[in-house]
Amino acid sequence: MRPFNYQRPANAEEAVAMVDPMGVAGQGGAFLAGGTTIIDLMKLHVVTPPSLTDLGPVGLDEIEEGNDGTLHVGARVTMAKAAEHPAFRDRAPVLSEALWKAASAQLRNVATLGGNVLQRTRCPYFRDNVSPCNKRDPGSGCAAIGGINRLLAVLGTSEQCIANYAGDWANALILFDATVETMSGDGGREIPFADLHVLPEDHPERETVLGDDELITGYRLKIPGWARRSLYVKARDRDSYAFALASAAVALDMDGDTVREARIGLGGVATVPWRAREAEEFLSGQSLTEETAMRAGEIAFDGAQPYEHNAFKVPLGRNAVAKGLLDAASLDLAGEAQQ
Amino acid sequence: MTSSPERPSSPDRRGRVTRRGLLKGTAASSAAALGSYRAGAQEAQGGDPSGGETVHVQLTINGASHEFTLDVRTTLLDLVREQMDLTGTKVGCNHGQCGACTVLLDGVRINSCLMLAAAADGRSMTTIEGLGTQDELHPMQSAFIENDGFQCGYCTPGQIMSAVGCVTEGHAGDEAEIREYMSGNLCRCGAYKGITNAVAQARDDTLEWAEAT
Repeated sequence: MRPFNYQRPANAEEAVAMVDPMGVAGQGGAFLAGGTTIIDLMKLHVVTPPSLTDLGPVGLDEIEEGNDGTLHVGARVTMAKAAEHPAFRDRAPVLSEALWKAASAQLRNVATLGGNVLQRTRCPYFRDNVSPCNKRDPGSGCAAIGGINRLLAVLGTSEQCIANYAGDWANALILFDATVETMSGDGGREIPFADLHVLPEDHPERETVLGDDELITGYRLKIPGWARRSLYVKARDRDSYAFALASAAVALDMDGDTVREARIGLGGVATVPWRAREAEEFLSGQSLTEETAMRAGEIAFDGAQPYEHNAFKVPLGRNAVAKGLLDAASLDLAGEAQQ
Repeated sequence: MTSSPERPSSPDRRGRVTRRGLLKGTAASSAAALGSYRAGAQEAQGGDPSGGETVHVQLTINGASHEFTLDVRTTLLDLVREQMDLTGTKVGCNHGQCGACTVLLDGVRINSCLMLAAAADGRSMTTIEGLGTQDELHPMQSAFIENDGFQCGYCTPGQIMSAVGCVTEGHAGDEAEIREYMSGNLCRCGAYKGITNAVAQARDDTLEWAEAT
């Protein structure tokens, strides 16, 4: 690791005041939450922040429910704690399953939900700190497009970058019209979660709309009653503790066999957390059969651009969507106590 | 046969290749081949004059309070191995991918390679050395022996610490759950069957141990 200054603010206000965002190409001061991404990348010298502002003492680690049923989720709630929280586990299982199917128990015990949605790509050319990479070194080119791109994205790519978004939970959170609460030197603001990440386009070094001194303090979301019918399908190279090759977050509002409303998020295949809205619209009012589920999967991957080694992600992703829809539709919720 | 003026060993261009120089070069390259971890550790111990900032840290390690003044880059893994000489906690990947460095921090398992010691200030850590003694093994240690839960043994301290966490965190219900919640610990010898059996066998005793400590 390169030397850095270590700072311990007493609260979130102090944290944003001391983070010292001045720097070049994202190498300004950084916040330290669980550290499972940034310490890894600092050891690789992929990121070399001049200072770390440790959020350990700032709290923000509770999940609370308001009188109107709105959940407020602190940014420093760990993945492990959130995965087992009844608000997620019992009322929107996709929000729990996308967590416990991610990383390892050790990582989930320290990694936080604020850091989780900001997890950096696992593109090997970004991480190797040598290859041309427009995300790490803007303007240097993209070694992945003509390289070994098996793990990389087929949706939302650009000629500058095909790095996939590596996380899981964001692909589930995007189903629920959640709001991101932030704090910065300019005060605070609320951002629709679906607007947090930005497509790579010509500036893959820019991954979110957050300012350099802007801290995610929490999320607000309301879980609809029908979200009990939700799940996360994750296809990967091994059964556990691996990144998604393709994943589907699915929540269904059903009237008998007919879909009132479907929500579908995709992981492992896109450059940002991805909501398959056209596929959702197609399903609305349809009866859910193997045929309509497969058709929804096809629509979700309309416009996909595969590269030399990752074309398999298109059928894998389509099938993940179809499996998610069929499995969610067949969940037997009748025997469970109503909330 | 023509002599190339660009020959790297050409004495008049590059100087004589002496035996001493050759040995020094070899030593330097073997040190490099030993891996970046040692170099990183020395860098983190203040050997690098540009290392800079130090931080004062208090930690309870295996029940005893300790205070340190550390380069801020020191991870918990660096700390226990290099400062405390507790070498049971192993360096595997050093990037949170293998679980060899697993310790308990305030009772839950973490990868010590990815946590700065500074960020753990005031907290309590248990390493494999704090789990049992030579004369009185922890039930999980005994179960690993009885079930052949290892072959070479390198991943074993991390496996055992993780197994204790797996049980006390409530995820050792059946074999499928044990396999899922132990997946952060890789074993290149492939002793997974024995490991799974050991966790199941020691589950109840480990819960009793956790209540008693």
